[in-house]
Amino acid sequence: MDTQALIKSQVTSNLVILYMKGSPKFPQCGFSGLAIQILQACGVKDLVTVDVLADPAIREGIKIYANWPTTPQLYINGEFIGGSDIMKDLYQQGELQKLLAEAGV
Amino acid sequence: MTLIDDIRSRLGELEPNSIEIQDDSALHAGHAGNGGGGHFTVTIVSSHFYGKSHIIRHRSIYQALADLIPQKIHALSIRAMTPDESKPN
Repeated sequence: MDTQALIKSQVTSNLVILYMKGSPKFPQCGFSGLAIQILQACGVKDLVTVDVLADPAIREGIKIYANWPTTPQLYINGEFIGGSDIMKDLYQQGELQKLLAEAGV
Repeated sequence: MTLIDDIRSRLGELEPNSIEIQDDSALHAGHAGNGGGGHFTVTIVSSHFYGKSHIIRHRSIYQALADLIPQKIHALSIRAMTPDESKPN
């Protein structure tokens, strides 16, 4: 499976998936750490994450897939939501909680 | 021209009412996955953002800076607001 097809299958087979640097317990970048904190504050359990530092093809591939040059990247129900700045804005407006609830998370 | 001046001049295409660029590089020097580019926070107010989602606003900024990422800009924090959104409640 090529990288774009792999990413598509990852984002569509998981309700919520976060591409990040490091792991939820040990994020390797402040933006990824913030993204995790926001999702935890939203009460997301069993969060699926992909460590892009562990896979250079995925790290480059998600930039193309989302037409978005930075990590982290959040997807809900296969839809690209944004990076940590957008997550923070949406969270503060209560919109992220709404998106998660609508997705059944 | 400094990198900050370069960023400011490129984002001029969005005709910002105001733009602030903060260099956060010192906070992040040498962490995992950083090839040497800087960290910046851009706070920009522009009427171009009316009716546009956050994703579209961020994309228009990334697009203007595309060839600086990731060699010169490793990370970019963006707050993109319309003039109405930037007013205190």
